[in-house]
Amino acid sequence: MREETRKFDTELAVIGSGIAGCAASIFALNRQIDCAQVGNTGAVAYTTGYLDLLGAIEESSAAVAKPWEGLAQLKNLHPDHPLSRIPVTDIRKGFDQFATFLGECGITYTAPRESNITALTPAGTLKKTLCVPATMAAGPEAFADKTPCVIIDFKGLKGFSAREVVANLQDQWPTLLAARIIFPDMDKGEIYPEVMARALEVPATRTRLAELLREAAGEVKVIGLPAVLGMHRPDHVRAELEQLTGLTIFEIPTMPPSVPGIRLREMFEQVFPEKGITLIPQQKVTALSFDTDGALLCLSDNYGPITIQAKAVILATGRFLSGGLEAHITGISESLLDLPVSQPPSRTDWYRDGYTDRRGHPIHKAGIDIDTSYRPLGKNGKPYNEHLFAAGIILAHQDWIRGRSGAGIAIATAYKAVEAAEKFLLAQHA
Amino acid sequence: MTPTLIERTSGAGEQTLLTDVLIIGGGVTGAGIMRDLALRGLHTLLIDKHDLCAGASGGNHGLLHSGARYVSNDLHSAIECRIENELLKRLAPQCVEDTGGLFVAVEGDDPAFAEAFPGFCQSAGIFCEEISPAEARRLEPLLSEEIFRAYRVPDATVDPFRLALENVDHARMLTDSIYLPHTEIIRFEIDAGEIRAAICRDNRTLAALRIVAKQYVNAGGAWAMNIARQAGCTDVNLLYSKGTLLISHDRMTHHVINRLRPPGDGDILVPGGTVSVLGTTSVRTDNLETNRPTVAEIDTNVIEGAAMIPALATTRYIRAFSRVRPLLQSSDSGDGREATRGFALLDHTSQGLINFCTITGGKLTTFRLMAEKTSNLVAERLGNTQACTTDSVPLPGSAACRWTEPGAAPRYWYKANNPDDMILCECEMVPQSAIDEIVRCAPGAEADMTLEAIALRSRAGKGPCQGSFCGIRIASYLYDRGYYRDKTGLVHMRDFFNERFKGMRTVIWGQQAAQMELAEALHCGLLGLDNLDNE
Ligand SMILES: Cc1cc2nc3c(=O)[nH]c(=O)nc-3n(C[C@H](O)[C@H](O)[C@H](O)COP(=O)(O)OP(=O)(O)OC[C@H]3O[C@@H](n4cnc5c(N)ncnc54)[C@H](O)[C@@H]3O)c2cc1C
Ligand SMILES: Cc1cc2nc3c(=O)[nH]c(=O)nc-3n(C[C@H](O)[C@H](O)[C@H](O)COP(=O)(O)OP(=O)(O)OC[C@H]3O[C@@H](n4cnc5c(N)ncnc54)[C@H](O)[C@@H]3O)c2cc1C
Repeated sequence: MREETRKFDTELAVIGSGIAGCAASIFALNRQIDCAQVGNTGAVAYTTGYLDLLGAIEESSAAVAKPWEGLAQLKNLHPDHPLSRIPVTDIRKGFDQFATFLGECGITYTAPRESNITALTPAGTLKKTLCVPATMAAGPEAFADKTPCVIIDFKGLKGFSAREVVANLQDQWPTLLAARIIFPDMDKGEIYPEVMARALEVPATRTRLAELLREAAGEVKVIGLPAVLGMHRPDHVRAELEQLTGLTIFEIPTMPPSVPGIRLREMFEQVFPEKGITLIPQQKVTALSFDTDGALLCLSDNYGPITIQAKAVILATGRFLSGGLEAHITGISESLLDLPVSQPPSRTDWYRDGYTDRRGHPIHKAGIDIDTSYRPLGKNGKPYNEHLFAAGIILAHQDWIRGRSGAGIAIATAYKAVEAAEKFLLAQHA
Repeated sequence: MTPTLIERTSGAGEQTLLTDVLIIGGGVTGAGIMRDLALRGLHTLLIDKHDLCAGASGGNHGLLHSGARYVSNDLHSAIECRIENELLKRLAPQCVEDTGGLFVAVEGDDPAFAEAFPGFCQSAGIFCEEISPAEARRLEPLLSEEIFRAYRVPDATVDPFRLALENVDHARMLTDSIYLPHTEIIRFEIDAGEIRAAICRDNRTLAALRIVAKQYVNAGGAWAMNIARQAGCTDVNLLYSKGTLLISHDRMTHHVINRLRPPGDGDILVPGGTVSVLGTTSVRTDNLETNRPTVAEIDTNVIEGAAMIPALATTRYIRAFSRVRPLLQSSDSGDGREATRGFALLDHTSQGLINFCTITGGKLTTFRLMAEKTSNLVAERLGNTQACTTDSVPLPGSAACRWTEPGAAPRYWYKANNPDDMILCECEMVPQSAIDEIVRCAPGAEADMTLEAIALRSRAGKGPCQGSFCGIRIASYLYDRGYYRDKTGLVHMRDFFNERFKGMRTVIWGQQAAQMELAEALHCGLLGLDNLDNE
């Protein structure tokens, strides 16, 4: 049987469903640009839920307390860093729009502030970040005030140990305690955050958990839990547990893929189509070609081949983990169009000797180069195609891992790429 | 026999230990000597500046040579290998996988060498059977179509970690002999032609330790010359050759595959549980401490290996490592591989010492024989008349040593069927109970074990993720157990990842690049292990 090719026509096609791709779709929505998005939304699930802007200046060791001021320092030291090329006002707009959108869709975030938040990690270390989900906000506050607090973990939940969190924070937070409880109806064997979160969507489970939490808290008024407080309405689940227990409750992210990431993924998959975005999740574009009118994306899903005709395309396919870049024994390449990749001269130079070297590894600064209108450059140093734009961590000259700036780079560059694409589309129509 | 170990604290606050024999170097040779002497009723102390198998014993090909590899250039070694290969298969089957080996000649290799090969084997008494290239490819489908000659030989593989652990554990059972990790020899006190004491340092606490023995054995492998010099002996002369090996994600063949030509680069592929090990290169070096694989060595191995097994050019590699072979200076040829693979036992009487000896060189395959010769000398000097029995007494298996065997952990786990015993290392299926057993009673277990020390005694971290995830989970579990109590657990975690990375650095391409990016996002981006010292 020959399957019929399904064809879509759109103004803007976004390739990639990481933070950059999803942010691009949101910005396109806000600008009323007709939009289609393709890509495995799994990448979003990797995030802890924290939205980092700038937690450290690359190649130096000091943590950044004031990220907006840090951007100026970044610009001095690394003028070709993607964040150095974007006016701070645009970065702010991007963050505001992104966080607002998430809030409107049921996952409230703290608003970006002047200072970074010192947030907790599942190992009991600390991390600088700009915005945290509302379900996690009380943790950094309790840490800052050294409020007496109990970290509670669950029997059978691997990789999250309250005793570990306490052991590593105790010298800075002497009033911190650890306790372990058994999750309702999950008393045997290994249990998983995602399953627990879905169980807490059920009111009866919440009532039973609330009782256990109250007991474990004893006299203490603030408790921290691994991030399992519901999947679709986390703010509601937390509020109800707080009301049932009379305690202040916060979540700490678990190891990825963690519930806060999955929440974002499921929310995008539900909300985008409702808002009119053509979303083709879990699939990869296998071919991308251009003609004078625009771009043609080819892919297929379980029902057969799909083509998307678009006037503009944003490439936000990420790095090695997501498949946007490929590392070969002979060098690094870009997977869809074989765009030139700015990279170290040889494989010998990809990594430094010490893994945790604060200066980071040169391979992470590899990526594609863009011009001022966010168009990737081709082999001749000129834009590859006027219909093509790029955003996210596929861009060269940044190390989001050492800079603690994953979401920041993704959101800010997506904001600029959509702005540039809109300008191009308007000119086309004119 | 009662152990002669006494502890006493001397005036200076430094601890003194007494024993019959101090063995320096916790490779397979030192471990083998420990057991051999214990079987003769002697008490020993084994020390290593790092840990068991920190040297060549933990970084070799794992090939239990049939001897066929050496038939053309070192008949004596070939015969030794043949005998030891048969003994180990019989007496320590738990450490051996009897894979069988193939020698294959590919287009371009010297047909005359291939023709002469069975004759060489025959003169060493090594079983060798010619099979057709088609039959070889039937046995090993990944072999190149360019093969024109193939032979079967009784090669096998051996797990050096388990071998060392079980030799040490048996010695403990026999005479309460003791193994001390991270204990380094610093100097000897010598008086009237005898070593009176060995002054050591605990490399973790930096505390000094004085060991008084009747006999002192230097089983320092590539470091043997340095150790001998500390005792004033100048009769150990070594050159060093660095060898680099790669580990593939999948097991590529069932048999050991050797290239049928005089020994060269990238010409042996040895299976080991669920992976294969490709190597080696050979370059002269003066550096004993910080040898790491280079990209050039990796590429050489891959290109050469692909001539035998084309899939080696495209397969996923998870690790590479380098170790140093000590070359006894008997030939002055430039290529490290040409020098003798034999071993040397020096009694140092010519150096004016009557209670010190050095054993170095040789092979993993011949470790038992090396231990026998050394122990014979030591026993004789001590007036002990018991004969060596390691050629007849089977090596007993020990529960705490079983976790290094690929596939062992999942087997025990399924059998125990305890759902609360959660898997911590998902690549190699290492459960919580394995970690418990190792920190409680594996040889060298102690109060504050590093993740590296635990990984060494198990398969944890040996799979495709190379410990990136299980390192976090095992640390977490140890915190949970109250075994780690403060930030030193984080430091252990970081050091473990840094250590594992050394072996990954040169093979990060393809899927490993994605794996590595995820690992770094977790370790550095999320947990901040790159910034522990600045917090
Ligand atoms: C373990 C982990 C923890 C993290 N924690 C944080 C954190 O705490 N805070 C923070 O700010 N950031 C965090 N990040 C970073 C963040 O998740 C994103 O990686 C980052 O923001 C960059 O996003 P991106 O969209 O550019 O790329 P990616 O997130 O990598 O997304 C790329 C997308 O492109 C898709 N794609 C690739 N090729 C194709 C193709 N041919 N066709 C269609 N689609 C394709 C992929 O499927 C994927 O959806 C974390 C990342 C990881 C891995
Ligand atoms: C790349 C390579 C591949 C090989 N492949 C094979 C093979 O496939 N089959 C085979 O049979 N053989 C093989 N060999 C040879 C085999 O690995 C060695 O012969 C064997 O492991 C030597 O063991 P050893 O105990 O004598 O020395 P080592 O294992 O090197 O042990 C010496 C120990 O001494 C310790 N030490 C050093 N200085 C001090 C000090 N001052 N104080 C305390 N301790 C100290 C070190 O930490 C080390 O652990 C290979 C060797 C190499 C290098």
